[in-house]
Parts: sequence; structure tokens; C-alpha cells
Amino acid sequence: MDKIRVVITGLGVCAPNGTTMDEFTQSIKNGISGIRHQPDLEALGFSCQIAGKPNLSEDRIGQYFSPLELRNLNSTGIVYGVIAGLDAWKDAGLNIKHNEEPDWESGSIFGTGTSGIDKFRWAINKIDDLEIRKLGSSVVVQTMASGVNAFISGKLGLGNQISTNSSACATGAESILMAFERIQSGQATRMLAGSTSDSGPYIWGGFDAMKVCTFKHNQEPEKGCRPMSATASGFVPGSGAGALVLETLESALARNAKIYAEVLGGHVNSGGQRGLGTMTAPNPTAVQRCITSAIKSAGIQANEIEVINGHLTATSKDALEIENWKTALGTSADDFPYINSLKGMVGHCISAAGSIECVASVLELDQGFIFPNINCEDLNPEITKLINPKSIPQTLVNKSFNVLAKASFGFGDVNACLILKKYNHG
Amino acid sequence: MDKTEITQELATIITPYTEEKTALESLDENTDFIADLKINSANLVDIILDIEEKFSIVIDNDSMAQMLTVKDTVRIIQNKLNAG
Repeated sequence: MDKIRVVITGLGVCAPNGTTMDEFTQSIKNGISGIRHQPDLEALGFSCQIAGKPNLSEDRIGQYFSPLELRNLNSTGIVYGVIAGLDAWKDAGLNIKHNEEPDWESGSIFGTGTSGIDKFRWAINKIDDLEIRKLGSSVVVQTMASGVNAFISGKLGLGNQISTNSSACATGAESILMAFERIQSGQATRMLAGSTSDSGPYIWGGFDAMKVCTFKHNQEPEKGCRPMSATASGFVPGSGAGALVLETLESALARNAKIYAEVLGGHVNSGGQRGLGTMTAPNPTAVQRCITSAIKSAGIQANEIEVINGHLTATSKDALEIENWKTALGTSADDFPYINSLKGMVGHCISAAGSIECVASVLELDQGFIFPNINCEDLNPEITKLINPKSIPQTLVNKSFNVLAKASFGFGDVNACLILKKYNHG
Repeated sequence: MDKTEITQELATIITPYTEEKTALESLDENTDFIADLKINSANLVDIILDIEEKFSIVIDNDSMAQMLTVKDTVRIIQNKLNAG
């Protein structure tokens, strides 16, 4: 029997540089940054006082939550995830039905690193002040990791698998692969896939203390996140959510849905924190193996990949990532594909990074463009030793192309790689 | 505060927790929070917290367990107010 083909039919995003698909598309095409100075981080004495945060009005949030839900809502990750998830559902042309029966054929894999960290802090303070009974009923649903998916699936009435994955910065890419596998194995017709990450000092503090964030650009936030630059000096924390609707090609065609792209395959693995891999550093052998296994799973040749959407966080590890891609794809410096990193514009959105970056990747495939890399006018010489600078576009490239590889790597030495293809209609 | 006043205050507190607007409009002492107003049982603790704040009283766990109808809730609020 032929493999079930899986396509992407809906997109939603809640990113620092755009909280609607139109705004986000315009931003990524034009290299518009969503990184801003954050007065709360400055007041708290953070080394890195800049970050990426989606800009949402109360009116906008009020369109997605009931007044009762809003009363004690203090979980930015849930807000971002619900907005991106519901927008993706609507973008796919799917209605929110209020049937008695759940939609048994549709599920959701929606990942996160933590949930409701502000709510959790509030609850901890209440408990320590001997006011446990004042917590009310809203603490558990906002602080359980699966809270975001509990809100989304309830609003959409989904009756298939509802699960929250968590694999650090690989979470978003992994969620899409898990949804893909659920559909390809015949267990669901349609899956929402995505991930979210909270904003604020209590989520970003740990990274600041590890000194992995830049402290050199507090006065020029939009220049702060510099993937592949010689002056890259650490990542800039971000937040938000990205969501995609995946479904069988058969279902998409039957309901005449817009098809953005096809998911050909992918792979997740770990370097086991062996060899050069540690809790925080990737094992290059595992990264390369993840990429080659993804290509194999997609049933394509390495040289068919025309664009790479990298993890590329703007640390000293960027050159190592390029080297891993080059080895895995077996290319020369001159025939290396185009490569870009969204993080220059939105920062590192932690557990949401992979899904937001996948939304950008799918837009590139669908509309035929390659968004510009920003803040790398001074390319890292370690990188230009490996690949030709023409592979790193710094202005928008309008070009129709067929195959894109997206990878995300995370703490704990975990990797995820997806292979996406333009869907040729007709 | 008499029963009617307490009931009115209670209706205001309950309003955001129910979508059964008809049942809310015809609320009387026999109204059951779960059966008639279809209030999510998890929200009953939130209603108790709102009551405590509104009437400046503290409701113990035993009383809380009895507060499932308007009649019982008004009685308990009145007792706490009188005891205070």
C-alpha cells in the first residue's frame, strides 16, 4: 500500500514580529525585527535586557477567551498557543463546531517547555503566605505542561490524540513530526501541530544566568541577535507560538483546502551526551545522523535540498552547525543550499522556536521566497571558510523552490529535522 | 442583610460562571448550581472565593461542601454574617 501523504493546510503564528499571518509574512520578507528593550529585565538587573515578545492587545486576546477564562489568566504561553492554534484552524478553512460529538479524526500535538510560569510564581507566593485556599481552580490548568493543548482541544472539540511534547528547543519541530507520524500511521486524519513558550523574566532568567544571552546590545535591540555574524555574542530570548494544520492529502483534496506544502518526512534523535555532546552542546555525529535520517525518511537525495532553515542561535556554535549541515549533505562550499535563520528577527523563542520557524519555512515554500538573514553583514569567517557567502542571503530572494530542510537542536543533546516540499497543484 | 439582598448579590457573583441565562434570570432558592445553572464543578471553589471577598466572611470546608443550591448558600452566608 502507498504511504499516506501528509500536507499542511493551515498556518497560525504569534511571533515577536507579527501576530497575524499577514503581519508576520510582511515582517520576515522585509527583515523586520521584533526584538525590543524590556524595562522589566533592566529593572531586575538582567545582563541581557532585550527580548522578543508578541505584541497583543486586550481586544485581540478577548476574541479567543471567554470573560471567565480571562479573569485569572496569567499564562502568556497559553495565550500565544491558543491564538496561533485557533488561527491555524481557521486558516485551514475549518469551523469551530459546537457539536455534542468530538471530532474523533482530529487531534493536536502542541508542545511547550514550561507552562504558566507567572501563574506558578503567583501560586507559590500564595502558598508560602499561608493562603493556599485562595488559589482557586485556575492554577492547575494553567501550570500543567499540557495546559495549552487542553485549552486548544476544548475550544476546537478535538477527539483524537491530544498531547504535549517537550524536548527543549527542538520541541516545535518535533511536534510537527509527531503529528505527521500520527497521520501517516493512519491513526488520525488531521492534526494541529505547534508549540509555545512563555514570556518574561522567570522563563528567561535561567538563560541569562548561564551567560548564553548577549549583553552587548541593550541599547540597540534590533541589532542584538546576530546569527552567523562575526560579532554574534549570544542569543536573544524570545517567546510566542507557531501552529500548523496537517492532514492527509486525500482529506485536503476532498474538502478543496488550500495546500501550503507537503511534509515528506523527518527524524528526531539524541547524541546521548556522548562524544562531544553534553547537556548543552550538540554531539555533531548525532546532528548529522538526524539530518541524513530525515532525508532518507523523506525519500529524496541530499542534493534536492534547496533551502535550509537552520537552528542558528547566534552563538559560537553557528559555525559548527553549518559544518554539520555541510558534512551531512555532502556538499562543497559552492553548492551548499541557501541557509537562513529567523532568530535574527525574533530571537530564540525557546520551545516555540521550531514551530514559528516552520511557519516561516512553509510560507517560503508556498510563496516562493527566501527571507533575508539580518544582522550578519559581518559574516563569521569560520562560516565563510566552509560555505560561499552567496548561500547566506541578506536581502529577500524571490525564487520558487521545491525542497526545504528545517532543523532544531535542544538542551539535553536532542535534535529534530523535517523535510518539507512545495505542493504542486494540478 | 436579608435573604433577598444576599440572593441578589449571589446572582451577580454567579453570572460569569454560567451560560444558562434563562435559568439565571429565573433564579430562586431552589436553583441548583450544577443541575440548573450547569456550572463546571471546578468553578464552585471560585464562586466560594468570590463570596468570601464580597461578604468579608470565611467559609470552612464543611460549609463549602453544602453550598450547591441557592437556598443552602444563602443560609450559610447569613449564618456567617450573623456569627461575625
